[in-house]
Amino acid sequence: MLIKKPEIPSSEITPEAAYLSRRQFFGASAAALAGAAVPALAACDTNEGVAKGAALDTLDAGPQRDELTPLADVTSYNNFYEYGTDKEDPARTAPGLLKTRPWTVVVDGLCDRPGRYGFDEFVRGTRQVDRTYRLRCVEAWSMVIPWSGIPLRDVIARARPRAGARFVELTTLLDPQQMPGQRRSVLAWPYVEGLRMDEAMHPLALLATGLYGRPMPAQNGAPIRLVVPWKYGFKSIKSIVRIRFTDTQPRTSWNLSAPREYGFYANVNPQVDHPRWTQARERRIGEWRRRPTLMFNGYPEVASLYSGMDLRRNY
Amino acid sequence: MAGASWQGAAARWVRPAAWVAGLVPLILLVAGAFTGGLGADPIEYVTLRTGFATLLMLMVTLAVSPVRKWTGWNWLASTRRTFGLCAFLYVCLHLLTYLVDQGFSLGYIWEDVAERPYVTAGFTAFLLLLPLALTSTKASIRRLGKRWQKLHRLVYLAAGLGVLHFIWLVKSDLRDPLIFAAVFGVLMALRVRGWLAGRGKKVRPPAARRAAMES
Repeated sequence: MLIKKPEIPSSEITPEAAYLSRRQFFGASAAALAGAAVPALAACDTNEGVAKGAALDTLDAGPQRDELTPLADVTSYNNFYEYGTDKEDPARTAPGLLKTRPWTVVVDGLCDRPGRYGFDEFVRGTRQVDRTYRLRCVEAWSMVIPWSGIPLRDVIARARPRAGARFVELTTLLDPQQMPGQRRSVLAWPYVEGLRMDEAMHPLALLATGLYGRPMPAQNGAPIRLVVPWKYGFKSIKSIVRIRFTDTQPRTSWNLSAPREYGFYANVNPQVDHPRWTQARERRIGEWRRRPTLMFNGYPEVASLYSGMDLRRNY
Repeated sequence: MAGASWQGAAARWVRPAAWVAGLVPLILLVAGAFTGGLGADPIEYVTLRTGFATLLMLMVTLAVSPVRKWTGWNWLASTRRTFGLCAFLYVCLHLLTYLVDQGFSLGYIWEDVAERPYVTAGFTAFLLLLPLALTSTKASIRRLGKRWQKLHRLVYLAAGLGVLHFIWLVKSDLRDPLIFAAVFGVLMALRVRGWLAGRGKKVRPPAARRAAMES
């Protein structure tokens, strides 16, 4: 797998205190923009995006500018059907119901080092990284979120997958006591997502344990969730309890629910519409006008994973 | 009947009360706008709420006549227009929010209306409601005579398309749209039963019925 040096400019991670709220931002933007010529995104293994003072958080300059989505929006507008199907439901109910300690993550399937880890044990021993990514929901809205976590590839390497392991399957907690949305069969519970092995090994794929410098809020998928920024948000499975290596393509929840609408790959692609709405444009939360959606959500470095594939058929 | 006096009072107050009730969703939205209650994506929120309010008002409108017949409270009839006009108010706000969402781009809007069945259904429902709102005045009722009632039967089609629009747009949680579909089904079944029972019988002339309703 060949990783190009990223072409898109990206973000600097700033300490929480330095994050500007949207309103303050407008006042401060002129001054801050001067410092917006930022280094490339941490598409590589080092933690490149570390703060340099209170610089403005942007992934890009100009009309396609990427500003951080305010924390209040990131934590109050969530698709987490385990807590209800309205965007406001998870923030209202998840923090009081989800018990993130103790938390067990099982790693199994086709690997030489399967294991059962407590959360701290699971995270310990792997590099902690900060990554600011765009998040593009299949519903045509998007955010920019500063995550922290551990690279998925490190976890995979630790498990020593066997040669026959072609896919990684990830599973959310199944517990209707803690996740009352699971009492209604809006999806096949537990929520399951998956990646092809080479996708999972891509440096951009992150197991996030926090955002905005704080532990992962319950409504965002505490204590540990996947973030694959070049795919629609539903691929970025929340509150993971199991990581399994398989030789067959995992049966993922949204794909089972509506196979014509939600493919296994689900790469962000402005040229392939959802059967019921366009994917050519999106609303960045906080903005009025829709902006064009970028191929692979603006992460062209993943394109080589799909060379030779018909992305219209493998949506 | 002991209720005669309260019925008289009810007849006087029912229409203002219906206006207040019908405007509650709008009041909640405006209050939300001033208190930051519209969430992270206000356009999406207002679109959902106004669409929901439109369907709600359409169902209430369609429920007026069956309830009136069942209870014998003929003074309810005057609320039908009130709720119907509220439905039209919300569908206009719904459409306006959608137009804002699309940046008033005719190209995007045409693409949606032509290619996306749920938009086609919703937009058709709006077009069907338009003449009903325009002919909601007493003068129109008088001028159109029998044709007025025929014309206003379009509300059944509009409500049906509205429910279909909702069913077709949700991702996986069909609960709310199916509740609307069930309510709509019951309200239509009551009418079909009435029409079947009324066939062959002598039907009260519409003019007399209207006179009774307005009194």
